[in-house]
Amino acid sequence: MQLVCPAGNLPALMAAIDNGADAVYVGFRDQTNARAFPGLNFSDDDLRRGIACARQHRRKVYLALNTYPESARMSEWHAAVDRAADIGASAIIAADMAVLDYAARRHPDLPRHLSVQGSATTQAALRYYHERFGIARAVLPRVLSLQQVERLCAATPVPLEVFAFGSLCIMVEGRCQLSSYVTGASPNRHGVCSPARFVKWEEQTDGSRTVRLNGVLMDRYAEGEAAGYPTVCKGRFDVGGEVFHALEEPTSLNTLGLLPQLARAGVVALKIEGRQRGAAYVASVARVWRRAIDELQASNEKWSLRPEWQTELSAHAEGHQTTLGPYHRSWH
Amino acid sequence: MKLSLGPLQYFWPREQVLAFYRQTRDWPLDIIYLGETVCSKRRELGTRDWIALAEELADDGREIVLSGLALLEAESELGALQRIIRNGRFTVEANDMSAVQLCRENGVRFVAGPTLNIYNARTLQLLREDGLYRLALGVEQGRELLRALDEQTRAAGETLPELEIIAWGRLPLSYSARCFTARALDVAKDQCGFRCIEHPDGLPLATREEQPFLTINGIQIQSHEVFDLCPELPELREAGIDILRLYPQIGDMAAIVNYFDAARRGEVPVERRGARNGYWEGSAGMESVNATMPI
Repeated sequence: MQLVCPAGNLPALMAAIDNGADAVYVGFRDQTNARAFPGLNFSDDDLRRGIACARQHRRKVYLALNTYPESARMSEWHAAVDRAADIGASAIIAADMAVLDYAARRHPDLPRHLSVQGSATTQAALRYYHERFGIARAVLPRVLSLQQVERLCAATPVPLEVFAFGSLCIMVEGRCQLSSYVTGASPNRHGVCSPARFVKWEEQTDGSRTVRLNGVLMDRYAEGEAAGYPTVCKGRFDVGGEVFHALEEPTSLNTLGLLPQLARAGVVALKIEGRQRGAAYVASVARVWRRAIDELQASNEKWSLRPEWQTELSAHAEGHQTTLGPYHRSWH
Repeated sequence: MKLSLGPLQYFWPREQVLAFYRQTRDWPLDIIYLGETVCSKRRELGTRDWIALAEELADDGREIVLSGLALLEAESELGALQRIIRNGRFTVEANDMSAVQLCRENGVRFVAGPTLNIYNARTLQLLREDGLYRLALGVEQGRELLRALDEQTRAAGETLPELEIIAWGRLPLSYSARCFTARALDVAKDQCGFRCIEHPDGLPLATREEQPFLTINGIQIQSHEVFDLCPELPELREAGIDILRLYPQIGDMAAIVNYFDAARRGEVPVERRGARNGYWEGSAGMESVNATMPI
């Protein structure tokens, strides 16, 4: 099972490689990828260096080109696919059909992975992308239970990658317009969710703080209360007179405890979320997962989850909380 | 300009659903979409019932389209979708790529529903090869995006398929594996007791300063606002929109259909009845919310 780690810059890519990532996924400095944040992502020079380093260590670099181009901007995505091929990426990760189609025609030897943003959750949907664009792998949205993942692994025409750790999108990826609805900035089109320029924190006279997204109150925190980043899905709202995290708490996905089951199911790759996080995060999370995977491969049935791994991972989690998320039926 | 009735997004009791669609026989509609698009556990009407209802309503000479789920998780849901697609008579609204593939495999023509991600002309062209005959635009697609889609399509020497836009109703904004109605009522999804039937117009969600914001509808999140593109009708015509989609909402739906019908005939000046949709102008969907009048 391959460990696929995120990198938002060259130090993070190096950290991923040093700490046991089999592959690192990255993006260009534009809206062609779903983490189009200011100051993040790779210049061509950095990417060349990163790819050279990865090759030296026999690791892979995947280029995320997983946003949806509008007709008028198609040429930017075409150029990004060309750059990915020229620069020597091991694969591209894409969601849009036109991008996949262009890559398949222009660079048939460059493997294509279907991004999580492609929202493919069934063997029929996977068959579509496989037959139409010859995808070599698909990343599953974070919606299926473990049992559903196992069944899909048995029926899929292509190898599957699943999310293992990191911030938890609770909506079907590629199918969420909450950020778009409130701010006009959309994960699908602009590669951003709840961008910082729309976020406004305000301290009140009683020491409490409010946080707004484009003017809409996402949450209010008492003095000293831990505050999270204001995505719509993790705010506190009023439903039926009760104020609570109506959609989801600030929490991260952590499936380390499911590692043996995921391996048995035939999942080919585990994805760590977090291109927006720094090198320290990548190093620490990669190291834990590398050890866990290596021990599983060495020990077979005798593998056990070490508490120190969980402690280390929880330290990087949103609100220091983790969940098995959709893999566990009770989350649904 | 045609009028369509979008699929019912809420969970209503069987008798209420049947009574609702019986009434539609007297409404000036051209197209009716039928079927469960949100949650496969909702079975007041099963696949067979929806198809039977389609047969009944088709006798009036309208186009009937069977709509599929937006999110499929289980094999059984794929099986149900297969039965819908193989109905032998009606076309299908594909709300997921699973449906596109099954239509393609079965040679069935389909409408691309608003949850398919079609943002550019090449994607549209590829889907037309698969059997797409109509595009229902996604919620965030406005005038500019449509213009670019048209230009690029013409540049390729082709013309756009029939275009449909959500002109009335709460906007479907997101889908999850989690049921937010069950979460709000503090019951497990697997033992939900189908409680969303108690909320025939969804469950309102407000901010902590009582600003109405969103609507919970099972695994789907909708806008709080009921959006209304009727006053923009001349622009929609000019942009090449062929069909106005009206989503069923609780209340006097007949009056809403008549409001749009009168507008398309140009009989009366249009007085806005729902919220202004910011997406059409290219801004955030809810940006103009404060500028609207209540229904």
